[in-house]
Amino acid sequence: MLSDLTWTNLALVQVSQKEIALLHKDANDVLMALGDFRLRFRGQDACVIDGVDLSVARGEVLCIVGESGCGKSVTAMALMGLLPSGSAEISSGTLRFDGETVDLTRDRLSSERRGGAMAMIFQEPMTSLNPAFRIGDQIAESVLQHRGGSKEQARDRTLEMLRRVGLPSPEARLRQFPHQLSGGQRQRVMIAMALANDPKLLIADEPTTALDVTIQAQILELIRDLQRERGTGTILITHDLGVVAEIADTVAVMYGGQMVERGPVAQIFDDPQHPYTIGLMESVPRLSGERARLTTIEGSVPSIDKMPEGCRFRTRCAFAVAACAERPALRDVTPGHAAACHFVPLEQHLRVAV
Amino acid sequence: MSVILEADNLVKHFRTGGGLFSKAGRVRAVDGVSLRIEVGETFAIVGESGCGKSTLARLLMRLLDPTAGEVSFDGQQVTRARGKALSTLRRDVQFIFQDPFSSLNPRLSVGRLVGEPLEVHAPEMGRSERREKVAELLRQVGLRPEYADRYPHEFSGGQRQRIGIARALATGPRLIIGDEPVSALDVSVQAQVVNLLADLGRDLGLTLILIAHDLAVIRHMSDRVAVMYLGRIVEQTTTDALFEAPRHPYTRALLDAVPDLDDRGGATRARIEGEMPSPAAPPPGCTFHTRCPHAQALCREKVPMLEAAADGHATACHFWREIEATPRVASRRIRSDAAHARLNLYRRATEGAEIIPVATNGRPSKSPDNREEDT
Repeated sequence: MLSDLTWTNLALVQVSQKEIALLHKDANDVLMALGDFRLRFRGQDACVIDGVDLSVARGEVLCIVGESGCGKSVTAMALMGLLPSGSAEISSGTLRFDGETVDLTRDRLSSERRGGAMAMIFQEPMTSLNPAFRIGDQIAESVLQHRGGSKEQARDRTLEMLRRVGLPSPEARLRQFPHQLSGGQRQRVMIAMALANDPKLLIADEPTTALDVTIQAQILELIRDLQRERGTGTILITHDLGVVAEIADTVAVMYGGQMVERGPVAQIFDDPQHPYTIGLMESVPRLSGERARLTTIEGSVPSIDKMPEGCRFRTRCAFAVAACAERPALRDVTPGHAAACHFVPLEQHLRVAV
Repeated sequence: MSVILEADNLVKHFRTGGGLFSKAGRVRAVDGVSLRIEVGETFAIVGESGCGKSTLARLLMRLLDPTAGEVSFDGQQVTRARGKALSTLRRDVQFIFQDPFSSLNPRLSVGRLVGEPLEVHAPEMGRSERREKVAELLRQVGLRPEYADRYPHEFSGGQRQRIGIARALATGPRLIIGDEPVSALDVSVQAQVVNLLADLGRDLGLTLILIAHDLAVIRHMSDRVAVMYLGRIVEQTTTDALFEAPRHPYTRALLDAVPDLDDRGGATRARIEGEMPSPAAPPPGCTFHTRCPHAQALCREKVPMLEAAADGHATACHFWREIEATPRVASRRIRSDAAHARLNLYRRATEGAEIIPVATNGRPSKSPDNREEDT
């Protein structure tokens, strides 16, 4: 257990970087770090999030990948302090964000930072916008809340943001209601709202899942442009590996509330280490190459009360043995690229019996 | 090849609004679609939301009546079928729905759900015989026969979709129409269902019409593809031809927009701007001209017809011959030998090969020094 802790602490400092040259991240450069985060919902024995470490630097795009139930959205909600305190029980976790340290077991992100320095784009733009208010007023509300100033200034800022996210005829949009916009336009409004206060960290939870591919391409490009322009640190949560390959600098793969692999995007895709990461990549149909039978991952994610001890992937893993009942630590395979599996690298420890 | 399903100039318009003070509108959901589906093939219909693909699917199996046009299944009129003829059609053509959560009645056990089509279409079947048949169907879709006594809420999304497939298979259909059958599923489960549908199609000699928006899934599963935009088919050809040499500017834009995980990035891809216009007020001429980078004066006036070239590749564009092909440039991933060995090991393991530890030759198996080869 002790070695476990040292590893996670080490990993916090060593989080991967865009370029090898920046391998050892300057402590000042880390914008947000979440340490040893554990969360349980009331009435359940097992943790929904079981000891996760995350960190994002300025200007970095971190993609959290995983299937439904892996805890990626819950992590984001907890970061923002949006989980109802009665139902979610956080047993450990420290959030360091922008010079402030929050002990998540007792406290949450201050409300002046939520929506200000740390902003979020939600998956479903229809249900995240209030249908009863004009979109101009909804964006202006957040500007007034965090920046103060007069209503005119807030309105000008709103207009500027709507223009920036490429919404056609922004003046007219100010007075429209959410139902008058299309899905892609609503998502642009959400982005305008999230970026209106120049956040340092942007969390986007499946921002393009509900959208068509041509619109998705436009929205991803918009997020990337705005992020580069301002050097915002970004956490993008998605299940779409194509989106990850396109936009991420670093990738964290989650399964059943545990982080199984983490590293720079090129290494995750070129040199995947964890059996789950490999399984995910191999089970996706491709746009090019041979159309062979898809490799699959057996079974499905167990419900939280049936989660196995130790490595939570072992019930579906093709390599699982008795030793997997003990949880493997997230260890570096190459500097900055870590995987949580006893047998990493697989090809050196395992072979096909002849 | 013989034709199993034929649609001729299908049109479906929906009326919208139209109260005391407002004029009634007309949504042109499907606006003149002709199709010929051959026995044993998998035919895919792809398009963005609002293009009319789901309406088309419902017209094909007559869950909706067309405003104009004809559908015939196996030479028999579908559009005006009544009584016995309609009942036969319901037996021969089945539907798999997108959402495995809302398409199964939560109050019926899995046995009843899968057995229900048998009660309707094979009333002569005895109780125990039906139970046996249900068990066989469940086995066929990879579920345990004991599950017949459970209820839908006890199953995961992938398992529910399997139940939906078993239910569709119960009547022994010849044609199955799947409306986004895998899009609600997680990646790993989606692969299982994609494989299952491929196996069933092959083993039972089924014809499959697949409605989807995910181009990679379509490329993987289908033999021929039709691309829809605003109620019309804009391109139709074999899957290989469509993905290798798309001709319609819309198809090209669609393919360019999909993020590709095999692409290391850096390649610039063409983007189309704007969104699909409302089918209640489609633009004149070619409906894609508002977003097309190659649009000319003619496109704004004249509707291009879907015309097949000599090679059978049909395109509805005035200028597809003139538009220069701009194949997507991708920088392929380069994987090390170690990574290839690992992926291969994984593939073998999932295929059921026995995996054993490598003898460590005295070296500690997890020391950091023997991991250098990986970079």
